[in-house]
Amino acid sequence: MRLPNLAALVIAAILVAATGAARAQDAFRDVLPGLGGGFNQQAEAAERLGASADPRALPALRALSEGLLLRAPGGALIADGLDLATGAAADPAGAEPVRINNRVRAALRGAMGRLQLVSPDRAERAAAAEAVFRSRSADNIAPLEVALAREADPALRARLELALGASRLISPDPAARAAGVAALAATDSAEARSALLEARAANPDLAAPIAAAVEAIDRRLAMRRYVELGFQGLSLGSVLLLAALGLAVTFGVMGVINMAHGEIIMLGAYATWGVQELCRQHAPGLLPYALPLAVPVAFLFTAAVGAALERGLIRHLYGRPLETLLMTFGVGMMLQQSVRLLFGAQNREVISPAWMQGTLALPGGALVTQNRLWVILFALAVLGVAMAAIRLTRFGLEMRAVVQNRRIAATQGIRTGRVDAMTFAFGSGIAGLAGVALSQIDNVSPNLGTGYIIDSFMVVVFGGVGSLVGTLVGAVTLGVTNKLIEPWAGAVLAKIAVLVGIMLFIQRRPKGLFALRGRAADA
Amino acid sequence: MTASNGHLSRRGLGRMALAAGTALSLPAIRPSFAQGAPIKVGVLHSLSGTMAISETALRDTVLMMVEWINGRGGLLGRRVEAVVVDPASNWPLFAEKARELLQVHRVDVSFGCWTSVSRKSVLPVFEELNGLLFYPVQYEGEEQSRNVFYTGAAPNQQAIPAVEYLMGADGGEAKRIALLGTDYVYPRTTNRILRAYLNSKGIGDADIMEEYTPFGHSDWQGIVSRVKRFAGEGKKTAIVSTINGDANVPFYRELGNQGIRAEDIPSVAFSVGEEELAGIDTRPLVGHLAAWNYFMSVDSPANTEFKTMWRNYIKNDRRVTNDPMEATYTGFRMWTQAVAKAGTTAVDQVREAMYGQKVDAPSGYAEEMHRNHHLSKPVMIGEIEASGQFNIVYKTPQAIPAENWSPFIPENANRRRG
Repeated sequence: MRLPNLAALVIAAILVAATGAARAQDAFRDVLPGLGGGFNQQAEAAERLGASADPRALPALRALSEGLLLRAPGGALIADGLDLATGAAADPAGAEPVRINNRVRAALRGAMGRLQLVSPDRAERAAAAEAVFRSRSADNIAPLEVALAREADPALRARLELALGASRLISPDPAARAAGVAALAATDSAEARSALLEARAANPDLAAPIAAAVEAIDRRLAMRRYVELGFQGLSLGSVLLLAALGLAVTFGVMGVINMAHGEIIMLGAYATWGVQELCRQHAPGLLPYALPLAVPVAFLFTAAVGAALERGLIRHLYGRPLETLLMTFGVGMMLQQSVRLLFGAQNREVISPAWMQGTLALPGGALVTQNRLWVILFALAVLGVAMAAIRLTRFGLEMRAVVQNRRIAATQGIRTGRVDAMTFAFGSGIAGLAGVALSQIDNVSPNLGTGYIIDSFMVVVFGGVGSLVGTLVGAVTLGVTNKLIEPWAGAVLAKIAVLVGIMLFIQRRPKGLFALRGRAADA
Repeated sequence: MTASNGHLSRRGLGRMALAAGTALSLPAIRPSFAQGAPIKVGVLHSLSGTMAISETALRDTVLMMVEWINGRGGLLGRRVEAVVVDPASNWPLFAEKARELLQVHRVDVSFGCWTSVSRKSVLPVFEELNGLLFYPVQYEGEEQSRNVFYTGAAPNQQAIPAVEYLMGADGGEAKRIALLGTDYVYPRTTNRILRAYLNSKGIGDADIMEEYTPFGHSDWQGIVSRVKRFAGEGKKTAIVSTINGDANVPFYRELGNQGIRAEDIPSVAFSVGEEELAGIDTRPLVGHLAAWNYFMSVDSPANTEFKTMWRNYIKNDRRVTNDPMEATYTGFRMWTQAVAKAGTTAVDQVREAMYGQKVDAPSGYAEEMHRNHHLSKPVMIGEIEASGQFNIVYKTPQAIPAENWSPFIPENANRRRG
């Protein structure tokens, strides 16, 4: 008697559980096909899944956003080899990836954010807070309040508050809207400012607090903008410095008007690409380190090219600047066209390692891009090494001796021809290093160098021929000036203005900022 | 011809008379064109210098088409031969090379030019010597020469529909537009048309930002952060880019690094295709847009044929096809049809035979040459995918005829349908 009773109870319990699950499954399965429909249906399905508590919603949304969701010819949606509706294994053969557009992508971001607000992973919660903030929907308020109640991390709480404030701005409840304005007024976020301005038109009653909030944010942002502008100037300066350093040696120290300088930079960039491709083919494990590995390779390769150029051609033309100019110009064109014939006219892709991508927030909130930051550091390092090599090494001593007085240096037993070759190789090697850095911010194409040759000469002449410190000061001055003029004159006029400025300056001080004094200058 | 060209000035008429005279005297000057002499096709694309990146693929496309037509027994029973010259991205050299093609090599037709400035440079030469040029690139319009067939898009076939898309629901309903371009005639004219168009749609000058950069510009930090600030005024903002050539790579890199996502500030480009994306890591750019009349990802039998042909010819499975290549291909096929119809390669007869020619283009549409020397073309908008290809998110239901005289340029508006 008792046993059948128990059995009945168990069966009943199973039945209840099964129908409950079936009901939940039904809701998910009802919405799911929308993800494979038109863009409107996809966006709507994403919204509904984002509001559901079904554990299968997040993987489905993520698969769609990453392009991993497949639609079988029969209409079934497959991700990771599983049919999402039934959870059974499915054959992906013949299935096509489901495509999305920006609108769907935005809806997915918001929906996934809502679902991940209570994720156990801190990074996911941070990303979710950002996603929800950007998706700006009044539906976000409830999940955000839940998440805030559970969140302990102060940094994340601040982000959630920001997202909550932005969502409250578009709430139907006027009190919530006022609270939203107050919450956003306390931030220093450009996005919050934008959200406030967006709400202005719909809330004439809140016009005064919104205006005050925007003004408060503007005050906090102003300082940051100056820092960012300064960084941009420094960054341009560092690029100019890198491009010009090699020339400061070949032209500045040796007096060779080297019009092939830009092409040597380009060869350095191609060497970087070559190292990357070798890593890709023979040692994929080294691929993330291809860029640091390329530094010595590019230096040695371009130095060898420089030495060959000096021994083969340039030394026959010392003291004949016009011929040197024409000859190196021709060499530059030949190098450019050879690279084009060998590797094609198309750009070569040099991958940026993960640590060089994205932005970094400085203390104070200013945002700087990582790749530019690394280029600045690299430029300073190259400058340091070059100065040390010239001032502290035997080679540097011989080089200075030959530049100052070739004959006396020769009587001291210095092989002046060898020193010439090494100096030119050294300058070319530095140009190659510039190529490594430029592969991160410019195109690796045969034309890479042409854009830098004029700028390089400008920096060297402006800074003072023969002075590395002058090159540094010249490059940073030109970079910062350019960036200061650019916002109100435009990029084209800024370039022209800088050029005119230099021409006037050279009229006043023909020897540049840091003129060498003494015999070296007259030699 | 005169009927469709009512705007011709007296000078233009004189030029026509001269051209006709030249055409009449042609058989006398060219006794070498006996039975069996090859038909010559001039290729006027930069193979060195800054435009080589884009134009070398077009040279290869013409050579591929020459091989194709010879494989089918040539044209009018004669072999077709390509004459390749290199104008080296040097605009005045374009005119000299055009003259060389017409006077020294005596080509029957030429395919060439990319930038508008190069086309403007060769235009007087082709008109003076009554040559025939096929120009395969989208451009700013405001031109119509009887010696040129334009197989790329006019602004109403690319720029305006793209901006319309950005302002529509699927594009994010943009209310503020940043116009960024390289500083030369194509971006400036296009942006002038777009500004007039936006004004007519209720977007005032305060909501339009316009900035130009030199060719090959690589430092986009300032401009991209200014766009970010421009976008932070509480209205949905979009970028319209007429940035040309090499400058695109650092521009997109900066967009990616500064974290501008397509969901927040979408950008639509008019000069960025599959070829240009080959040098960039496209993962941070997913969702940014380009407007063209053809994408490599178009699913049509004609496109499959075109892609197979290209890969067999270039012997490299990783090389991509793009819009100007497709326009070259379509133009070449149209020219062979017109020559076959005219039964001669003489410019005046071929020109007459060109009107109304149709080709089932790789874009998947039947494209027709109209008497305004422009093709009807479909408009397509594609989103960049992580693979470097485009996901077509919008296309017009049918091919649209070109309005080469834009109604938004007041001084030329009266030339429309002259």
